[in-house]
Amino acid sequence: MADRPILEVQNLQKHFNLGNNKILKAVDGLNFSINRGETFGLVGESGCGKSTAGRTIIRLYEATGGKVLFNGEDIHAMQGKDRQKLTRNMQMVFQDPYASLNPRMTVGKIIAEGIEINGLYSGKQKKERVNQLLRDVGLNEEHAGRFPHEFSGGQRQRIGIARALAIEPQFIIADEPISALDVSVQAQVVNLFKKLQKEHGLTYLFIAHDLAMVKHISDRIGVMYLGKLVEVATSDKLNAKPLHPYTQSLLSAIPLPDPEAQKQRQRIILQGEIPSPVNPPSGCPFRTRCPHAMPECAATMPPFKEVEPGHFAACHLL
Amino acid sequence: MAKPVLEVKDLRVSFKMYAGEVQAVRGVSFNLNKGEVLAIVGESGCGKSVTAQTLMRLVPTPPSYIKEGSSILFDGKLEITELTEKKMEQVRGAEIGMIFQDPMTSLNPTMTIGAQISEGILKHQKVGKTEAMKRATELLTLVGMSNPEERVHQYPHELSGGMRQRVMIAIALACNPKLLIADEPTTALDVTIQAQIVDLLRDIQKKTDTSIIIITHDLGVVAEIAHRVLVMYAGKVVEQGPLNDIFYNPRHPYTWGLLRSVPRLDSDNSKELESIPGSPPDLYAPPVGCAFAARCPYAMEICKEKDPAHFDVSDNHSSACWLMHPDAPKVEPPVGIGGHAHG
Repeated sequence: MADRPILEVQNLQKHFNLGNNKILKAVDGLNFSINRGETFGLVGESGCGKSTAGRTIIRLYEATGGKVLFNGEDIHAMQGKDRQKLTRNMQMVFQDPYASLNPRMTVGKIIAEGIEINGLYSGKQKKERVNQLLRDVGLNEEHAGRFPHEFSGGQRQRIGIARALAIEPQFIIADEPISALDVSVQAQVVNLFKKLQKEHGLTYLFIAHDLAMVKHISDRIGVMYLGKLVEVATSDKLNAKPLHPYTQSLLSAIPLPDPEAQKQRQRIILQGEIPSPVNPPSGCPFRTRCPHAMPECAATMPPFKEVEPGHFAACHLL
Repeated sequence: MAKPVLEVKDLRVSFKMYAGEVQAVRGVSFNLNKGEVLAIVGESGCGKSVTAQTLMRLVPTPPSYIKEGSSILFDGKLEITELTEKKMEQVRGAEIGMIFQDPMTSLNPTMTIGAQISEGILKHQKVGKTEAMKRATELLTLVGMSNPEERVHQYPHELSGGMRQRVMIAIALACNPKLLIADEPTTALDVTIQAQIVDLLRDIQKKTDTSIIIITHDLGVVAEIAHRVLVMYAGKVVEQGPLNDIFYNPRHPYTWGLLRSVPRLDSDNSKELESIPGSPPDLYAPPVGCAFAARCPYAMEICKEKDPAHFDVSDNHSSACWLMHPDAPKVEPPVGIGGHAHG
């Protein structure tokens, strides 16, 4: 069991039926696994399906096809009690700290809700646990009696993290947890994520569009484009030697906060925009914007293959 | 030397609210020269957008008030703070163009692209409809839209976010303004589209020699496009100077914090990101003394009592920090700040 990944995603699909015989393939055949104690970053531009992937993995959406194995058990086949057991081990932190906290509940109640549902602690112990969680995320005990509107964005995100931690999960899915925050506060929250991982041995799936931030927090990164993974590698390797043309252009598009280095850089500026996922291009989804597109790319989808040990990419050039 | 396009002196803007007065902008001064790109950076609530909108007099009165003693001198002759609304209408769109953050909501969904671009041309210039439409087509070509002849008949919902931002830029440029204000022009866009738009703005600036004020919180975008940088905090300018001085020789602890909290692709992952503890002050009751003192690791007694003046670092670089005072202890900027990171 020790070597088995905590999460295995096998050919996961999530299609939305839009009516009029139109099908939006938001997630179309994802394959990856996450090891225990690791942070896996999922990046891509808006509309690439990264958030849908996160929500389907935790079963906020029912999958159209494929499997998600958590500790070897298929999440999408679970029923009743098993499902509740799953949610104890897998929690989510949402993007918008303004919309994801109930404005009518005190912070103490918000954090304690999961503890009550799972019957973990009660009475004095519960209160003690809530206080402990507040301290863990850098708030203090007095905050338990206050309401969400009394807090800033960064503090609210800390409350969201405390709520996710309340029932001692093994695995946390963080869906764009910092994109609504200011730069200096983003750094605070990212540091908190790293600290909590060390203290509690957590595993993260970290979904974001900011590749520089994802690179900072993740051990391995998956890059998505139009519902498919185009590249998976360790974060250092992805940065040093990106194999897929999309990853290369994504890295190149990020402006460096360093004027001199910025001037000397050769940049790839992609033409056009991401095509509609309702009517994706044939073959490789990236071919319409790819600087290296060949006739072969329109004909068949390149296989997702292991180019180097641990470094996967889907491109006909490789 | 030519006169600056814009001279802002001691600009103060407040919002009178039920709960009291929010002092959004508390004494901002800067100049903008012809053909220069000035970036205003700072976190949300620092007053950067209110400053930009006040330059166009777009903040409604009430609740906002430009305080007495504020001056915005445009083109060496127009005092924006004193213009009547009617006169202001002749300036907006003709002399000063503006690009807004959200291209989804800033365009009129019921008008074609062509009609929206030619609207300003028809208002400010003595041309007929056909001529205005022809100009609209040319502008769309300038901002890099394919098939401009067809595009002018399309509606905003038919375009993607990046395309809509291109249309916004075309509208702002329609009457060849002397000044272009871009308020977070790339924040709502994806990174590959952001690169396209920043490239376009830079290209247009070179072609037309327009002066640009760009408001952003993204230091990467600043590094790419700006000539000069203004760092704002809690309604005040804390540091201003040429691009390279701000990045390689910053003098204000807030600028240090801002620069260090940005993750870089080439940085070491194992290190913790530097963050600035706490959050910005409440502008209902701005603190006495330096507004950053409560979050500043170098704060001294005087910082909590008296607001620092702007100390000159060089001719065109200044920092509002007591550490710059000759009697203050010498503080070395933290590791990773100053000097060229890449040798």
